[in-house]
Amino acid sequence: MGGRWTWRLAALPGVAWLSIFFLVALYAVVSVAFGNQDTLSQPVPFWNPLDWNVGYVLEALRNIWHGGPFLTAFLRTFEFVAIAMALSLAIGYPVAYYAARHAGRWKGLVLLLLIVPFWINYLMRMLAWINLLSPDGWGTRVLHDIGIERVFITLGLLSTRGGWLDGQQSTVLIALVYGYIPFLILPLFVALDRIDQRHLEAARDLGATPLSAFLRVTLPLSVPGILAGLVLVALPMFGDYYTPDLVCAAPKCNMIGNQIDQLTRQGSEKVTGAVLTIMLALLLLALMFYYLRTTRRAGTASAST
Amino acid sequence: MSWLRNPWGRPRALVLVTALYIVWSIVPVVVAVLFAFNNGRSRTTWQGFSLRWFTGANGSVFHDPALQSALKHTLLLAVICVALCVPLGVLLALGLQRWRGHGSGTVNTLMLLPLVTPEIVMGVALLLLFLRVFPGVGLGTPAQAIGQVTFTLSYVVVMVRGRLASIGPDYEEAAADLGAPPRDQLVRVLLPLLAPAIIASAAVAFALSIDDFVVTQYLSGDASTTTVSMLLYASARGAPTPALNAIATVALVITLATLALAFFLYRRFAGARETAAVATLEM
Repeated sequence: MGGRWTWRLAALPGVAWLSIFFLVALYAVVSVAFGNQDTLSQPVPFWNPLDWNVGYVLEALRNIWHGGPFLTAFLRTFEFVAIAMALSLAIGYPVAYYAARHAGRWKGLVLLLLIVPFWINYLMRMLAWINLLSPDGWGTRVLHDIGIERVFITLGLLSTRGGWLDGQQSTVLIALVYGYIPFLILPLFVALDRIDQRHLEAARDLGATPLSAFLRVTLPLSVPGILAGLVLVALPMFGDYYTPDLVCAAPKCNMIGNQIDQLTRQGSEKVTGAVLTIMLALLLLALMFYYLRTTRRAGTASAST
Repeated sequence: MSWLRNPWGRPRALVLVTALYIVWSIVPVVVAVLFAFNNGRSRTTWQGFSLRWFTGANGSVFHDPALQSALKHTLLLAVICVALCVPLGVLLALGLQRWRGHGSGTVNTLMLLPLVTPEIVMGVALLLLFLRVFPGVGLGTPAQAIGQVTFTLSYVVVMVRGRLASIGPDYEEAAADLGAPPRDQLVRVLLPLLAPAIIASAAVAFALSIDDFVVTQYLSGDASTTTVSMLLYASARGAPTPALNAIATVALVITLATLALAFFLYRRFAGARETAAVATLEM
């Protein structure tokens, strides 16, 4: 139906929209980062690459090279994201595995309960924890009564009794896991659910022990799901600033997102903020394209079946 | 670890982990909703059931000017976002699905990129765009709506394309063989078949708009452009009353009800298998 040009024409408004509000917007960040600022410290973008001013980029690089606050923020971000990813996988894998393989007639209900947090406002979910973890909150009381508070204090993860929201890095980590783990569980569930049970039966028939069948059949077949899930939690975590702001509110929890937010939205050093934004985007580019490639491959695979 | 020894047996450890996870993930939100109905000023001590934070004369969702304004602005943005991104997204999906040639791969990547770009990058980019390139638009409602459309568009395209792929070309070809002109093939065959996906993607865009925080915050102007999410961020640590829980509950009910309705419709028209794929945002 219709000629080739009809379909290009149909795509045109959307393509134009994304070109202006995504591509040009991203280029605006580059132009500002390689630009200057006026006397009112407003950014002045240099659109022509031949005019680029590398001063602000060099300054940020020098800050990182000499171990300044930007380096601290980047390193802390990597540390937080790595720990939160590991915790998310440790909790998420068994949950996704159970939902995909063993939930039986409860599968629909379990899946629904796994999806619901995905669709609850992230800020609402953080508000819920802020209420629970305030000094007289129900959560603080439960954590005290079942002894988790003591364990955290002994391990040095909590500095004062009931002080969960007083600048604790451990609270930020738990909040990050809580906030983003649904993004890991769902793709993992899909990957595990797709594994043909007959592979497992074949492994067992050929004499594999259940453990080796899991390690040599299920686990390798679920690797794409694990990677997709990890990328999906890593990307938003790297750009997060509101979680540390909400549950810690101390400089020692600041991630790179907090630096960017303070420089661009709240502050008047938008040029330096743009430089950091580009650095973050470049760091994440590999993750982004990895995910796009796997999605596109999955798309063509399902289209051909 | 009996589930490792016998993969078809009853995996007690897995049941326990999953049950604990589900309780952990959902109960805090249930408690937050419960406290929206607290008959007192505390968000941590239960003082009996009441609707005062929803309908009361002082500081309630329906009477406090700041809460009222945030709720109205959130819904206004959601309506604008859906009205813009659904037609744009359906056209782009149709175009991309049929356009097999030079440039379609690039456009496809461009369409998917907003899905994987961290929101703070988009927030900064759009902030600088509206400050430096379109100072005439400036920050505020139009900028917020444009920002939201930019990242919800991809979801619409992905969902509509999924449905297009599962419909296949057969129906249109049949219509063409029976002599239907191209316009009728589109309006009387393809669009009705696409309707469930269009409705579902509108609901998803609506929910994404209501729940969005970063882009909306970066592009906000004066206090009148504060949304519910921004209010939660600004006052979660400081707000003295459960009215904050109440407004969050209202937004939560609107979002979940919209999605539930849309997926119910989708299931009726498109079948359970596709619904599960859409619900898990499988792409």
